[in-house]
Amino acid sequence: MIYLRLFWEFFKIGMFSVGGGMATLPFLYDMSEKTGWFTRSQIADMLAVSESTPGPIGINMATYVGYTVGGIPGSLIASIGIIIPGMILILIITRILEKFRNNRYVDGAFYGIRPASVGLIAAAGIMVCEITFFDEGAFKGLLGGDLSGLPGLLNYKAVILAAVLLVLTRWFKPTKGLHPVIFIAISAVIGIIFSFAGA
Amino acid sequence: MLKELLQIYITSARVGALTFGGGYAMLPIVQREVVEGKKWCTEEEVLDYYALAQCMPGIIMVNTLGFMGHKRKGTAGAIAAGLGAVTPSIIIITLIAVFLTAFADVPTVQNAFAGIRVCVCVLIFNSILKLWKNSVIDKKCLLIFLAVAICSLVLDITPVAFVIIAAVLGILLHSFGKGGAGKK
Repeated sequence: MIYLRLFWEFFKIGMFSVGGGMATLPFLYDMSEKTGWFTRSQIADMLAVSESTPGPIGINMATYVGYTVGGIPGSLIASIGIIIPGMILILIITRILEKFRNNRYVDGAFYGIRPASVGLIAAAGIMVCEITFFDEGAFKGLLGGDLSGLPGLLNYKAVILAAVLLVLTRWFKPTKGLHPVIFIAISAVIGIIFSFAGA
Repeated sequence: MLKELLQIYITSARVGALTFGGGYAMLPIVQREVVEGKKWCTEEEVLDYYALAQCMPGIIMVNTLGFMGHKRKGTAGAIAAGLGAVTPSIIIITLIAVFLTAFADVPTVQNAFAGIRVCVCVLIFNSILKLWKNSVIDKKCLLIFLAVAICSLVLDITPVAFVIIAAVLGILLHSFGKGGAGKK
């Protein structure tokens, strides 16, 4: 019964992968070895598609693997399987939190967690900035003492777009309150027109 | 009741459909849709949910929205939010898997996503500034922020560890703080 197996495999991922979409990767490698449903190189394709489409990466991966293994029912079953453990935990955690909502220790814990959470987001943001604004090859060469890549180090097209977007989203009144998706769409068009990936 | 569940489902689906990349790319969309649009949670609550979702197993976005749904309508709300968050993925990925297997290799698609990544950087920066106001409220918080940001950049440690350490620090600094020191 392949659907039951599919559900169980993704239920396990949902239960044991902590830390976001990329945390599902080791589980998928393991799954490819154990089940033979897909090859390791297929995982790279799945990741590329998952990252370049909207939606959480973990769910996208589950849907893609589920479809590869069992068609449309498979994609549904894998995606549902991966979210069920989290849903159950939410119900347990909220019950506990409700009881201790005004507890000074819970209060103190969140006092510490909030800036830490923003710190984690900032670190993730810096990592995205790194691959967006710097040329990876030139960056590595520079670390190795090779200065020839210096002029091409900074992706100036990306920097200009970022500066324009920053003004449009923060200071320019008529566009300031627009929905983020509008800026995402504009950026996609500009990326295509000025071939941002160099492709 | 049903109408409100449907609203939770649709709002979560919107967040799912409009977020590109990892969990942190979701924050600007959640701020816009849930905090400013529907006014279902405050900025702090979103941050708390996000922190909890990061230290529990599962998909960060689905769990964050699940907490939001639970706050609105209990168990049914959490389920509606979870299902909403995965619906766009299921539809889009299935379509791609059916029609376009080499989708990610198309140059136009690669260029579009290189552009989108720039936008995601700016949106994350704006989100951080918004969250900053309510979370980095004093010098102790600033220290926690800097320590976590730098350590998570330099060291290969799971976010779970940071959240747990920060919680312990928070309790030590805030709950056991002497007199007024604990308040501010």
